[in-house]
Amino acid sequence: MYKYDEVDHRLVRERVEQFRDQTRRYLAGELSEDEFRPLRLMNGLYVQRHAPMLRVAIPYGHLSSTQLRKLSHIARTYDRGYGHFTTRQNIQFNWPALERVPDILAELAEVEMHAIQTSGNCVRNTTTDAFAGVAADEYLDGRAYCEIIRQWSTLHPEFAYLPRKFKIAVSGSADDRAATQVHDIGLHVVKNDAGEVGFKVIVGGGLGRTPLVGKTIREFLPTRHLLTYLDAVLRVYNRFGRRDNKYKARIKILVQAMTPEAFAAKVEDEWAHLKDGPATLRDEDVAHYASFFTDPAYEQLAANPEAFTVPLVSDAAFAKWVARNTRSHKQTGYRSVVLSLKKTGVPPGDITAEQMDAAADWADRFGFGELRVAHEQNLILPDVKESDLYEVWQLARQHGFATPNVGLLTDIICCPGGDFCSLANARSIPVAEAIQQKFDNLDYLFDLGDIDCNFSGCMNACGHHHIGNIGILGVDKNGEEWYQITLGGSQGNHTAIGKVIGPSFAQADVPLAFEKIMNLYVEQRLAGERFIETVRRIGLEPFKERVYAKSH
Amino acid sequence: MQNLIKNDAVTEDAWHLIRSEDESYGAAEDVILPLAAWLALDPARSGQAAPWLAPDADLSLLLPVLAQLPLIAIDFPAFTDGRGYSLARLLRERYGYQGELRAIGDVQRDQLAYLSQVGFTVFAIRDDRPAQAALDGLRDFSDQYQATVLQPEPLFKRRTSR
Repeated sequence: MYKYDEVDHRLVRERVEQFRDQTRRYLAGELSEDEFRPLRLMNGLYVQRHAPMLRVAIPYGHLSSTQLRKLSHIARTYDRGYGHFTTRQNIQFNWPALERVPDILAELAEVEMHAIQTSGNCVRNTTTDAFAGVAADEYLDGRAYCEIIRQWSTLHPEFAYLPRKFKIAVSGSADDRAATQVHDIGLHVVKNDAGEVGFKVIVGGGLGRTPLVGKTIREFLPTRHLLTYLDAVLRVYNRFGRRDNKYKARIKILVQAMTPEAFAAKVEDEWAHLKDGPATLRDEDVAHYASFFTDPAYEQLAANPEAFTVPLVSDAAFAKWVARNTRSHKQTGYRSVVLSLKKTGVPPGDITAEQMDAAADWADRFGFGELRVAHEQNLILPDVKESDLYEVWQLARQHGFATPNVGLLTDIICCPGGDFCSLANARSIPVAEAIQQKFDNLDYLFDLGDIDCNFSGCMNACGHHHIGNIGILGVDKNGEEWYQITLGGSQGNHTAIGKVIGPSFAQADVPLAFEKIMNLYVEQRLAGERFIETVRRIGLEPFKERVYAKSH
Repeated sequence: MQNLIKNDAVTEDAWHLIRSEDESYGAAEDVILPLAAWLALDPARSGQAAPWLAPDADLSLLLPVLAQLPLIAIDFPAFTDGRGYSLARLLRERYGYQGELRAIGDVQRDQLAYLSQVGFTVFAIRDDRPAQAALDGLRDFSDQYQATVLQPEPLFKRRTSR
């Protein structure tokens, strides 16, 4: 994991003091509401339905056990004993008092954390594959570049007041688990034919009101040019992105208006001046950052020890959990464990202070003191020995972390919705719960197999509903909450935007619509065919007919 | 012009900011004019003249005379409009402009640190805000990660070159 040096510490402390003074001036009436808003948003502070909401950055989803304990302390001391993991690998606290936020930030700074640029029209937290560095299918570990991008984007003087928010995601694996095609910039770490490492650069993806899959503007960017090229893209966007209409202000609209080819050409023109400039990365620079992301002291283990294989055969519940909630590891004898935060009855992504402490202890006891946050809003123990899995599962069960539903229909990606968020048109949490209750039979759920279900409470699409195999969007109809269902969306290598199947549903009718969709899938699927594959093969029509058929 | 920060101090100077082309001013006055008015200016007048740029200004119009310009102002219609930061860097880094670069418009304390990093040297603080208090904004940060006009060596290079 990256460790702050004196300068990193100093800059974060200076940002805390700057924000403390901004808060003081706001409370003293020296800054108006309108003036304070962009300043507080740039430090992750929203004013929500009930209270302020503070979003804390978890850079590319990496978290140490010490940091997680600090988050638990903050949840207990300044909030109501819980936090909420977001779809961009950050954590939100829903109940802090405005005047105490500077103190929270000062506490975070002690453990190398902050809320810098977790909101606002600036470059946001860089995200990546939650399994970076441990995944069996990884080509290249992109985390050194994530940290380089994090530092470049932090307090960037030229790009603090962009037309709109700006999100960058990095992927280094065969299977894109970072949703890079729906980010403002998606970077794939790749090798060219000469064995040189570089990036494929994708721009203009995004969800929200105008969901678009990003376009590749450069097939291969040598890594040394990463920052000068990012400067070029951001400068073109900063200068020419629309500022007259916030719904047309994302880079995707600029790319679409200019055409991807013309946008790419404009970036190349700008870059021609910046290329090989002072921000060009040298080998020693990259090596410096890569030195923080070396392998921990893995033991040389044989695969499938008896302590693992015996309970795997004798305990069906354990076997189910292993199948769904653990993943293969690059190191033989280890697996990564996904601690599910999708227990029925608990808002997706919510985690209690007690759970945080427990997970931090397991990270120390069974791993190397590190955890990851997945963009699917689950927590990950990246390095667990196979021989420890049975014990970890039992502990996780005791703490409500072991719902064996990772990747299944009830592993719903979900925004906080109308219960908390002032932007939302509709509540998401009770509807997600109703779906989880409808599909509470584990055997049936397992039989349905891999299904991404994504849920957003409004058009802003924080729950990424467009890229759910089955998506739900909360809409407002004359002051009532209604829900639109989309099918056919997907993330990863085959990113696609889902299509609306028809008129929206009242809250009580959503689970029934889901049931009809799943019934049709089970009837229609070919052997081994996943839900999304069936949807792609037979199209939306049969689903529409089934869902909207008049009862016989 | 009142409420000005220059050389790390609150000051005043003789430049008169002319916001609109219809505004009148004396032939001997030192004036900062809208770009179009400045381009059309009578060269025979005795006072100095400098242009102010809107955030979408076309810099190529200035390039032939850049070296002779004593001052360029860049307007911030709202402090949240960040285009002026890129214009400043282009003038300094790409076109080598050495003269005074003045931030005008919605310029406040909380933007000064970034404005100075991208090459602004003078800050016309919004009239209703005390420039003296805004001065502290220049000292919000003691370093930065990026290559900037003030510090062309990015932090990562200074780290590995130690």
